[in-house]
Amino acid sequence: MSWSDRLSDTVNSIAPSGIRKFFDIAAKMEDVISLGVGEPDFVTPWTIRESCVYGLERGYTSYTANRGTPELRDEISKFYKRRHNLNYDVDKEILVTVGASEAVDLAVRAIINPGDEVLIPEPCYVSYQACVILAGGVPVPVAAKIENEFRITPEELEPFVTPKTKALLIGYPNNPTGAIMTREDLLKIADFAEKHDLIVISDEIYSELTYEGTHECFAALPKMKDRTILLNGFSKAYAMTGWRVGYALGNPEFIGAMTKIHQYTMLCAPITAQIGAVEALRHGEKYMKKMVAEYDRRRKLIYDGFKKMGLKCFEPKGAFYIFPDISSSGYTAEEFAEELIMKEHVALVPGTAFGKSGKGHVRCSYATAIDKISEALARIENFLKNHKK
Amino acid sequence: MRELLEILEKNGRTSPGELASILQKSEYEVEKDIARLEKEKIILSYGALINWEKFGDDRVTAIIEINLTPQREVGFDAIAERIFRFDEVRTVYLMSGSFDLLVIIDGKSLKEIANFVATRLSTIEGVTQTRSHFMLKAYKKDGVIIEDEEKDRRLVVSP
Repeated sequence: MSWSDRLSDTVNSIAPSGIRKFFDIAAKMEDVISLGVGEPDFVTPWTIRESCVYGLERGYTSYTANRGTPELRDEISKFYKRRHNLNYDVDKEILVTVGASEAVDLAVRAIINPGDEVLIPEPCYVSYQACVILAGGVPVPVAAKIENEFRITPEELEPFVTPKTKALLIGYPNNPTGAIMTREDLLKIADFAEKHDLIVISDEIYSELTYEGTHECFAALPKMKDRTILLNGFSKAYAMTGWRVGYALGNPEFIGAMTKIHQYTMLCAPITAQIGAVEALRHGEKYMKKMVAEYDRRRKLIYDGFKKMGLKCFEPKGAFYIFPDISSSGYTAEEFAEELIMKEHVALVPGTAFGKSGKGHVRCSYATAIDKISEALARIENFLKNHKK
Repeated sequence: MRELLEILEKNGRTSPGELASILQKSEYEVEKDIARLEKEKIILSYGALINWEKFGDDRVTAIIEINLTPQREVGFDAIAERIFRFDEVRTVYLMSGSFDLLVIIDGKSLKEIANFVATRLSTIEGVTQTRSHFMLKAYKKDGVIIEDEEKDRRLVVSP
């Protein structure tokens, strides 16, 4: 008898992340340049780290309120007021979570009954579908197209709507494609959500990393605030991935239900991280803007590099990923990633790790220094010249 | 133009090709812009920031506060020039507060610097007082932390 037979069927039904293999290969190489990293290369700004250290020195080591410290909820509320003119009640409509990742899990668990379907535009972050399955729901992937710069449209979603469709889970700016949705795009999605009475879970973790124009918050669209569970966090904007602190905003029913799960499973987000997050919202903006300016430079460099290689590629407008089409090389995404790391020691992630519709693409993160991006581009170009299938 | 300057200030070795991609201009245009900025002395020089101590050199750096009697017509400028023309003098700033010029000098030894101050700086007409401070340790220089333990600790691949 194998112990794997004793595991839950649900867990067994979930495929392990497609990233692991590349991690194992890359970790053993000395001169590898990684474009496979899904987090900022900056260290958290010192003012944030310093405030956390000061908090520890003064003995802030206890649990906090389940929903998060009042100071942090207050700062989050103020941020959405000034940024998107949205009013979220500090006591009832805000929940501080252990990263936006926990918030995705809680949001899905709070609303899904067995068999409920969730529409998920693909390619998308790796956890969305798994979270829906773990909650007993059915993820319904809907492919976004490169021709449309990976923006999703109601026409693409419509054929997948059934009586069991309960929610739509979107993540823009998008990991892995770098796509953003314009206000016009989102207004159409809003109409669609209203027409089918869907709950919209909007993961906006990359909101501050928007390079052309400003980020459009889904909850700020007319009539959308009430049906939206808005997710965000500090990881990407303030280079705070390892701190594990994010949040969910929504109507009191949604947030109340999520808080119930959170209080039994997580209790609260780490107090040190919450102290850091307060500082990030109070004084972190100028540091964040500097980092965003730097990502923007790298974005232009890498986009230009791929264009010059003749790869089909659309200009990413958000996050820190670019998602070139490598099918002209003759390789599948998986093969391309594997051959590239073996031959040229450049790590990236095959698009299929983010759903079937990522086939023929690879995700390159440009959260890496300019000289490394240049070197990686040169190696990829070399690979395309010498190892075409 | 500010963008170009900011990039070069951070890394003077950024290539015209890289700059062209980032600034969305042709390499030719970038090189023309740089040439103009150099000509206009907006870009003053390109250098490397070197940790000479680590290389093995014993050097002494002194920061010298100088009080002056300003001169008619030219104020402090004429005396400042007599000071900054010396090769030994690395930096000269006119300051507000309890002294007038802040001068940074590099030398091989304490004695050499002391000698320079005594025979060259103090004897300049208009210099009324000097106070020398010798640097013991550099922690950060021109925005760069000298012994930085922070490094890329990220996993090589992550979602």
